[in-house]
Amino acid sequence: MAKVIEQVRYACALGALHSVLAIDRAVPILHAGPGCGQRLSTALSLTNGYQGTGYAGGHSMPCTNSTETEVVFGGEKKLKELITQSLRVMDADLYVVLTGCTSDIVGDDVLEVARSFQKKGHPVVCAQTGGFSGNNFHGHELILDAIIDQYLKPTDERVPGLVNVFSVVPFYDAFWSGNLQAIQKLLTALGLKPNVIFGPAGGVTALNHVPKAQFNLLLSPWVGLNNVKSLEDKFGTPYLHYPILPIGPTETSKFLRTVGEFAGLASEQVETAIKELEKPYDYYIERSADYLLQARAGLPSRFITISDSFYGLGISKFLVNDLGFLPGTQFVMDNIPQRHQSAVKAEFANLSDTIAAPVVFTNDSGVVKETLRETKFKGRPLILGSGWDQVLAKELNGYQLSVTFPVSNRFILNSSYVGYDGALRLAEDVFSVLVNSSY
Amino acid sequence: MTINLKATEAKVRENRLSSITAYKGSVKDMVQKAGGCGLKGGERCFTQTTSCSLGCAQGQLVMIQDAAVVGHSAIGCGSDTIQSNINKRRGHFSREWELTDINYINTNMTEEATVFGGKAKLREGVREAYRRFNPKAIFVTTSCVSGIIGEDVSGILSELEQEIPVPLVPVHCEGFRSRLWASGFDAAFHAILSYIVKPAEKKRPELVNIINFAGIGRAQVTRLLNRIGLVPQFIVQFTTLDQLSRLSEAAATLSFCGTLGSYLATGLEEHFGVPYIKSLQPHGIAGTDSWLRELGRVLGKEDEVEALIAEEKAAIAQELAELQTKLNGKRVVIGMGPSFAQNYTRLLDELGMDVVWTASWHFDQRHDYGEVPAAAQDLSEWDKDIPVSVSELQIFEIINLLRELKPDVYVCRHPGMAIWAAKLGIPAIFVSDEYQSFGYQGIISFGSRIADALANPTFVRYLASKIKLPYTNWWLEQDAFKYLDEAAPSSKVRSKEVI
Repeated sequence: MAKVIEQVRYACALGALHSVLAIDRAVPILHAGPGCGQRLSTALSLTNGYQGTGYAGGHSMPCTNSTETEVVFGGEKKLKELITQSLRVMDADLYVVLTGCTSDIVGDDVLEVARSFQKKGHPVVCAQTGGFSGNNFHGHELILDAIIDQYLKPTDERVPGLVNVFSVVPFYDAFWSGNLQAIQKLLTALGLKPNVIFGPAGGVTALNHVPKAQFNLLLSPWVGLNNVKSLEDKFGTPYLHYPILPIGPTETSKFLRTVGEFAGLASEQVETAIKELEKPYDYYIERSADYLLQARAGLPSRFITISDSFYGLGISKFLVNDLGFLPGTQFVMDNIPQRHQSAVKAEFANLSDTIAAPVVFTNDSGVVKETLRETKFKGRPLILGSGWDQVLAKELNGYQLSVTFPVSNRFILNSSYVGYDGALRLAEDVFSVLVNSSY
Repeated sequence: MTINLKATEAKVRENRLSSITAYKGSVKDMVQKAGGCGLKGGERCFTQTTSCSLGCAQGQLVMIQDAAVVGHSAIGCGSDTIQSNINKRRGHFSREWELTDINYINTNMTEEATVFGGKAKLREGVREAYRRFNPKAIFVTTSCVSGIIGEDVSGILSELEQEIPVPLVPVHCEGFRSRLWASGFDAAFHAILSYIVKPAEKKRPELVNIINFAGIGRAQVTRLLNRIGLVPQFIVQFTTLDQLSRLSEAAATLSFCGTLGSYLATGLEEHFGVPYIKSLQPHGIAGTDSWLRELGRVLGKEDEVEALIAEEKAAIAQELAELQTKLNGKRVVIGMGPSFAQNYTRLLDELGMDVVWTASWHFDQRHDYGEVPAAAQDLSEWDKDIPVSVSELQIFEIINLLRELKPDVYVCRHPGMAIWAAKLGIPAIFVSDEYQSFGYQGIISFGSRIADALANPTFVRYLASKIKLPYTNWWLEQDAFKYLDEAAPSSKVRSKEVI
């Protein structure tokens, strides 16, 4: 059965060029069609929280702009010339060559082209990210693997407490930089030394520290699992895979205890940190209770997530365990590979001791619309999804908040939904939708 | 006849209009060579990512109210439909229509489709589009993947004709076929002209087609045309298929952008007898004069037009004089698509500013009716010769150019341009709305916008003081056009060079 998609909720593998842009002092070099870079920038950056092009994004990315000539005769020569000139023109410490559909179908030996630069000592790596090969989660993993394989060097040095952080996908998650900073803050509070590659505090410098870490943390339902396994194979670094994006006190405290135990930290140290971190949350959430108990527009009858698995799980856990909301159907839109689906499903089946949520895995909004149109809601549903869902929410007389790609109707700078503070931000945003609703 | 509606697709601009994407010189030289067919486009051996046909084709077609679009591509090529949906929301808001989403389905071509073909996916996409959206026509846009694997889109659609009772229209807009994203406009308009537009059963002498983009500022056009007894209809975005099928009933076609309008307007003239008003575009005073006068001449309304022009000009005379004093001698660099670049050169000159450079994102040596674009021809006849360059964006060139020229302001179109001037501390005016400077009122509002930007440049100055550009010092010291016409290395000399 062929599958088609209404309303794009992820981009193609090449869209992960944003994972390169998120590394300070790294520049992508595209061996792709003339429109790929522009289109993916527009989608993942501009129309997704209005994130901007950053250091070398948007139209400043070097690109072969493949035409008929490269399709017919191949594009290796053109790519080689482009890389040569990019090294002269673009100021960077790492150059990541990424292919588009054209080059991958034509069969250019791009890895060999990249190798010829590596042999001369240039920091050039290459990943084949033709759009047809998968989505931007797949692309994100391919790029990280290329960097691990072709750039990182083994080392005997180990820095105790140094932990590499792999979590949300840069740019695709409109809150990525705020979220990564929040994770960094949480780990620092435990006494660890978090090494965050993506975002303003990381960069190629942080990349260079990766082989020295005590362990790798993968804070993600499934994206990045291949990379932490690669790091284990290459450098012998153990990894902790924590599948839930921690939002709110229940999940965040659980997360911190799990990390503390894995890192071999004393439990008193961990508990002390948790206690400090929870204090402000408790103060503010108490302030919200008056409104919550007297909401005139009515609290949502059920919440629906139409999102990637990061937010679907993270938000569901928070709303169920910390705010006492009840779940409706949860739509998981990130096209999770079959082998990871059951683990995610199990988490939804066990949101709390007593509460489970039905899950639909799909990447097609047509399925979402048809399912929700057939659902009888007693009261108004809360729809946590993307800019695509505004029209649908109106039709269902629901509350709507965009939290996941594409966040096309919000402007995001350093907001984050992770941790204790992030939960307050999410509560603010959800309750603002409620108080702003006509009743 | 230059437009062949029997052909399955529009020829790309390189072949149809001898369009180029690389040139540096002056407007007089460029136009003179274009007239004599002596203009050869150059090459660059370092390039930055541009844009492609698919975006322009899809961007027009998804805005037709009761049509659906099926994108036969990998999922990434569907991702700019997010922007289209935002544009649709704005357009609906401005028309006080209820909010709706675009009707778009992507076939999500994967590895399997590249090996075995995407026929099953395309069939499913078309069937689902019909079932979900109940459209009155379905456009199918092609992509690099469908093109390279040789997918027979037209054939697959013909097979479905028995089953699906609305026009199924192939739109050939593979990105690799053209360096000019504007070729995508032609692809979409070719599809509309050959499948949707019907010969007129009866003419409507008051009706005028206006080719524009989102048409947010259309009230001003309506006001002016109503005054001379005409009724505009704004195309192609936000129309219905029924409206499009009757474009042939109009008395004339006007365009806001020569680049956008060339194919559709010429096709309507050649095949459906609707005259195309081949004037300057209506940005600023001379442009609006020319646009209205040529319309008046063709429709026999010269006297009404003259009276209207006189009245409108009198109404703005004082404000214009004030603006000209305020902006006098301010140096400006322009970076826009060719039609806008040429027209805005004239407009900014009317405001008393000194246009020190005009960069355009391509150059059409002629439009489809066979002549050098009127706005370019007009500039070439000035006493002053404006320095110009042509590139498909190529920000690395623009950055060096701006650093060298240090203008007071940079006026640009195309998303993703303005930021780079801002990072240099140069106030940037981004013209996203095609009506920004329409008509006599428009020059006042646009001039005021420039004056405002110049009045408080603190934001861009702050940016420039803090931000590191992504270019090496070596590049920043080079001539902006160093890479222009440097052919790719034939020997191994350059690739051996130590960097």
